[in-house]
Amino acid sequence: MLTRRKLAVSTAAFALAAGFTGAAYAQQKTVVEFWHGLPQPLGGQLEQVVKGFNDSQDKVQVNPTFKGSYPETMQAAIAAFRAGNAPHVVQMFEVGTATMLSAGPAIKPVHQLMSETGSGLDAAAYIPAVRGYYSSKDGKMMALPFNSSTTITFYNKDAFQKAGLDPNKPPATWPEVADAARKLKAAGVTCPMTFSWPTWTQFEQVGALHDKPFASEANGFGGLNATLKINDPFFVKHLQTLIDLQKEGALRYGGRDNAADSLFPSGECAMIQASSGLRGRIVKEAKFAWGAAPLPYWPDAIASPKNSIIGGAAFWVMTSPKRTADEYKAVAAFFSYLARPEVDAKWHMDTGYVPVTLQGFELAKKEGFYDKNPGAEVPAEQLTRTATTENTMGLRLGNLPEIRNIIQEEMERAFQGQQTAQQALDNAVKRGDTVLRNFERANKN
Amino acid sequence: MQRRVIFDNRALPYLLLAPQVAVTLIFFIWPAAQALWQSVHLQDAFGLRSQFVGLENFQAVLSDPNYLETVKTTIVFSASVTLLSLASALGLAVLADAKIRAAAAYKTLLIWPYALAPAVAAVLWMFIFNPDIGILGRALNNLGYAWDYRLNDGQALTMVILAASWKQVSYNFIFFLAGLQAIPRSVLEAASIDGAGAVRRFWTITFPLLSPTTFFLLVVNIVYAFFETFGTIHALTHGGPGKATETLIFRVYQDGVVNHDLGGSSAQSVILMVIVIALTAIQFRFVERKVHYS
Repeated sequence: MLTRRKLAVSTAAFALAAGFTGAAYAQQKTVVEFWHGLPQPLGGQLEQVVKGFNDSQDKVQVNPTFKGSYPETMQAAIAAFRAGNAPHVVQMFEVGTATMLSAGPAIKPVHQLMSETGSGLDAAAYIPAVRGYYSSKDGKMMALPFNSSTTITFYNKDAFQKAGLDPNKPPATWPEVADAARKLKAAGVTCPMTFSWPTWTQFEQVGALHDKPFASEANGFGGLNATLKINDPFFVKHLQTLIDLQKEGALRYGGRDNAADSLFPSGECAMIQASSGLRGRIVKEAKFAWGAAPLPYWPDAIASPKNSIIGGAAFWVMTSPKRTADEYKAVAAFFSYLARPEVDAKWHMDTGYVPVTLQGFELAKKEGFYDKNPGAEVPAEQLTRTATTENTMGLRLGNLPEIRNIIQEEMERAFQGQQTAQQALDNAVKRGDTVLRNFERANKN
Repeated sequence: MQRRVIFDNRALPYLLLAPQVAVTLIFFIWPAAQALWQSVHLQDAFGLRSQFVGLENFQAVLSDPNYLETVKTTIVFSASVTLLSLASALGLAVLADAKIRAAAAYKTLLIWPYALAPAVAAVLWMFIFNPDIGILGRALNNLGYAWDYRLNDGQALTMVILAASWKQVSYNFIFFLAGLQAIPRSVLEAASIDGAGAVRRFWTITFPLLSPTTFFLLVVNIVYAFFETFGTIHALTHGGPGKATETLIFRVYQDGVVNHDLGGSSAQSVILMVIVIALTAIQFRFVERKVHYS
């Protein structure tokens, strides 16, 4: 009896004390919950950026939490929103953009947040290919771009040398790539080339580079009624080329998503088309001379290729019934910090993601980063080399992760010879359109 | 003398039952009811808009040729996993039950894999079979055999069946071993004296007397193959290449968690629930008749 009373007293005392500290704490700082989906080492680097913000002022405390991969983070944020506990800020991969935009009252568009809190955000400061991906139809920024990447080619200079290819002249067109891959194979390289993120690198990027639509309605920017366009003869020919090269043993399908990434730094594959974010890993792991080059193009389809599109993620502001104006102000302060060119440039130079602001790019140039790291400028240059068209702004398709998977599945069947390139892409369009129609139905007011 | 527990307080028995009832309600009944509700609705990912669509989700699922493919894959997968893991566990249990040196060490080693999480087990298999980084995968390719489960339906399915069965052998082994040890030695000895050989003793005495264990394991293994192999498939093949290793439970996850199609995913859960209830009922109705309970 005595012990029970003692316990009750101490519990009450503890609760009281916790309540006081909590209150005192809240008076000092506004807490912002921030969920992200970057595993180590990138997650740690991101948390360093957050720490930089926390240390730069004494009014706001941002708490970063790792929530698993991008799809897992998305799932967690959605579940939290449904339970009325959404985090203030969530990092969302680029293919989740349409889903977030359709979330309506669940999110607060960044342009609205910034103007309501009087913080201001200069949309023109951002690289157009980055800005476009996260803007509404009328050009308003809906999310804050942060870690963006794009696809580039990495190639093994030692292997090129061995095959009698010029290590300082990477292939610029697809016919040249095919030629180089065959020569590499003849020289005994077991895996001349591969690619990761199959749908992103072989369809989304290839479409943008050649100014060909991936989907109708300006790649979905024009409305929810978009349909896929990838069974066009251009894409069929492209897939057929990949299948032919694979049959000859000049190309290896490395698996879904980023499964192929490890094939390049290990020295297994001599060329890879992958995210520019792979750079950090190659620097650390590769025991051979390597180079970076822009993506190849089809000269019979376009005289000079357009800008590529981005990958990576952006930061979204989520709403909750409990949100206060002070909390939104705190989020705006955090975002203003992230938009600073020096923060952007440092993140870019530390990680291999592209700079998202034009000034950040300039700053990295000025600091001599590209002289010290040849090839590191390739992604940003490829992203900015032309003005964006409606085919190079990015994709705005509902449930794009599902569509990416469908295309991977159909490609895998074609690579096994179970169906032709035309059948594969016809099937992908048919199945993908079903997904788009379901999304349209579920998101019609 | 009558054995009855008497409570002097009428509320107490209900209070004592309450935790279990709460667990059942919160973790079983409530989610099942939600699945039923969602299976007849169309909803956006955030749950902001939902409309009643009747049986449309079921119709969409059942008329999808890919879903029917997945049903077929699941049947092949589950039957193979169940047979393979039961047969090898029985074989191993019979061997370990014999009077051999270091029997305890063998038993420990055989039970060990059960302690591994499915994802960890799958990563182990990847390090063996991956064509680029796996020991055996590389060796096969070096020997001239084109091993690449990323682009070969048959190889991928074989691999996930092996991995999923291996994981379950330990569990089955424990039960078979216990079942074997419960068989009276005198019966076996009597058979020996009558001149029955080891094989004959096994099929006419051991196997029938093991049938309650075997039947129990059959039910458990089918449920395992249906529901608990998700981690193995997710870590090894993600259901690919194409849809070659996609089972029903994997598709429920894929559609619900990755694709945010809660209606379709819930409809599949309901279908899956019906299938498993039917399977279990059939087993109890027909297979159990052949089981000898002593």
